[in-house]
Amino acid sequence: MGKTLVEKIWDAHVVKSDAGFPDILYIDTHFIHEVTSPQAFDGLRSRGLPVFRPAQTIATADHNVPTVDQHLPIKEELSRYQVDMLTKNCAEFGVELYGLGHPFQGIVHVIGPELGITLPGATIVCGDSHTSTHGAFGCIAFGIGTSQVEQVLATQCLLQQKPKTMKIEVNGTLGKGVTAKDIILYIIAQISAAGGTGYFIEYTGSAIRALSMEARMTICNMSIEMGARGGLIAPDDITFDYVKGREFAPTGEAWDTAFAKWKTLYSDEDAEFDQTLNFRAEDIEPMITYGTNPGMGMGISKHIPATADQAVSEQPSFQKALDYMGIEGDTLLVGKPIDYVFIGSCTNSRMEDLREVAEFVKGRQKAENVTVWIVPGSKQIEQQAIAEGLDQIFEAAGFHLREPGCSACLGMNEDKIPAGKYCVSTSNRNFEGRQGPNSRTFLASPLTAAAAAITGRVTDVRELLEETVYA
Amino acid sequence: MKKFVELTSRIVPLPIENIDTDQIIPARFLKATTREGFGENLFCDWRYDVNRVERPDFVLNNPLYKGQILVAGKNFGCGSSREHAAWAIQDYGFDVVISSFFADIFKGNALNNGLLPIQVSDGFLERIFEAVAKDPETRVLVDLYAQLVRLEASGDQETFEINPYKKSCLINGYDDIDFILNQRDAIEIYEAKIAG
Repeated sequence: MGKTLVEKIWDAHVVKSDAGFPDILYIDTHFIHEVTSPQAFDGLRSRGLPVFRPAQTIATADHNVPTVDQHLPIKEELSRYQVDMLTKNCAEFGVELYGLGHPFQGIVHVIGPELGITLPGATIVCGDSHTSTHGAFGCIAFGIGTSQVEQVLATQCLLQQKPKTMKIEVNGTLGKGVTAKDIILYIIAQISAAGGTGYFIEYTGSAIRALSMEARMTICNMSIEMGARGGLIAPDDITFDYVKGREFAPTGEAWDTAFAKWKTLYSDEDAEFDQTLNFRAEDIEPMITYGTNPGMGMGISKHIPATADQAVSEQPSFQKALDYMGIEGDTLLVGKPIDYVFIGSCTNSRMEDLREVAEFVKGRQKAENVTVWIVPGSKQIEQQAIAEGLDQIFEAAGFHLREPGCSACLGMNEDKIPAGKYCVSTSNRNFEGRQGPNSRTFLASPLTAAAAAITGRVTDVRELLEETVYA
Repeated sequence: MKKFVELTSRIVPLPIENIDTDQIIPARFLKATTREGFGENLFCDWRYDVNRVERPDFVLNNPLYKGQILVAGKNFGCGSSREHAAWAIQDYGFDVVISSFFADIFKGNALNNGLLPIQVSDGFLERIFEAVAKDPETRVLVDLYAQLVRLEASGDQETFEINPYKKSCLINGYDDIDFILNQRDAIEIYEAKIAG
């Protein structure tokens, strides 16, 4: 019997597999950031250990950095201390750091691919659940806790149970105004916020194959929102073309060797998955979430589900979510006034996202009562956006292009949505208080978020796309 | 790592589903660079109002309920990988979390800190909630050797699954790093093979 792609990559990275124990899995690339690493470095110190393979760990500051005036010292004392601690730890242990002010700084899951550090067939971990993003290149990539960050720093390995595998196939052609973000929000709404727990998901099908690398990253990024540790897409010419020529991608002979290996990275035809699901691209419309977990999403034209229609055991939690959001079941969300729009995060802060938003808002003006933040995923994206004049388009529309970081996705820095306010956000989580205490989040695509910015209401972007043709 | 073998305790019920790690410990409290002190902000936004006054309707503020066992609705610990969630629960004083379903990363993080996550059936979880609703002083026994969880008064019990390696780590207080450090030779042989 053939092997799935996950099995191929996993088996190639097993250092040791003993009955009754988890496998010892070798980690090719380890990303760290300021929030989940300090306690791991402390652990090394108390055990008297060095970083075992410092060249295989790359650090950046992203979660807790301001998105304005990054050239100045961080104002907030605790945040400054945490970022300084990362600098100190990296210097002491010999780890490369792309910190504030460095031209490569940015959200960890944006810079890895952008710099050609993320490569097909690799095992990649980071103390952040959205590490699944890197799976878009055909990697086993997953988020870990701080004890495991310490484990990888100390040994370049992790003790891991081999995961179950799920295949999600999406075939067909996406409709107007429907993007990768809508595909993944649709899948999560279908299988729930826990439906992928215990699995690595391989996304296949013609609708996935047609996507760019940036769109594929959006899909894999949100695998964790259905509980899956990781999601991946077999690499193809779109992948290889993206990787080739990037800062740290292999060149010359090393490229040829790597390329020959990468071409074997696919699930064999007779490989068996533990579960297979099929969806039709034509069934997907622009999506929006209404509740307090990413599984509580729906097509934008639909009515919010009623509590009475939920399973009895789930009704209290469901009603609690609607109460928190200040909405009622069996009503439309379209037309609901909103206060903020956030375009950013490791889900949707890449060049394509910014270009798509710029093209849509060119010549349009944001609604008066709405605040719009655009936070690029990296310094390189910010510079590219300025070089292409997108900053001018945003400014003319009343949008604010800020500096790179995780920002209002998790409200750890000062970019918080105020209590009770509504934000249409291109990020990945709509949990209670995620974007600031008592903030209310509607997750959507960059296009749907941009449409809400223009009208000041939850809007079906298709109605504003009449004159524009989107491929 | 903290050892765990057996515990009998009263329980704190939190019958809400999909409790994510942002609820357990909101991101704005993740600026600390040590593992200690997160307990005071456990479930912060449910526990306190904006003026940091205790919300009397939240279970941690209800003097009727106390204990070292937290019992929560299904899909507990979903979302962010922050280990601070496990640290906060433990720092507050819990040694066990019982639910009918755990998110993967949380479960791993808990086990790596000697906090025992116990997955029970939906039916048994329901019966624990019913028992504690009738009698807030309900006590639950957890026996890791026997992989058994029991409502002390009624004797209603269920066995639970745990990876045998993780079980022995908890009982002995060993962690994964202790284990892998002993495998350094195997790692170097693997690296040589890949390079060669």
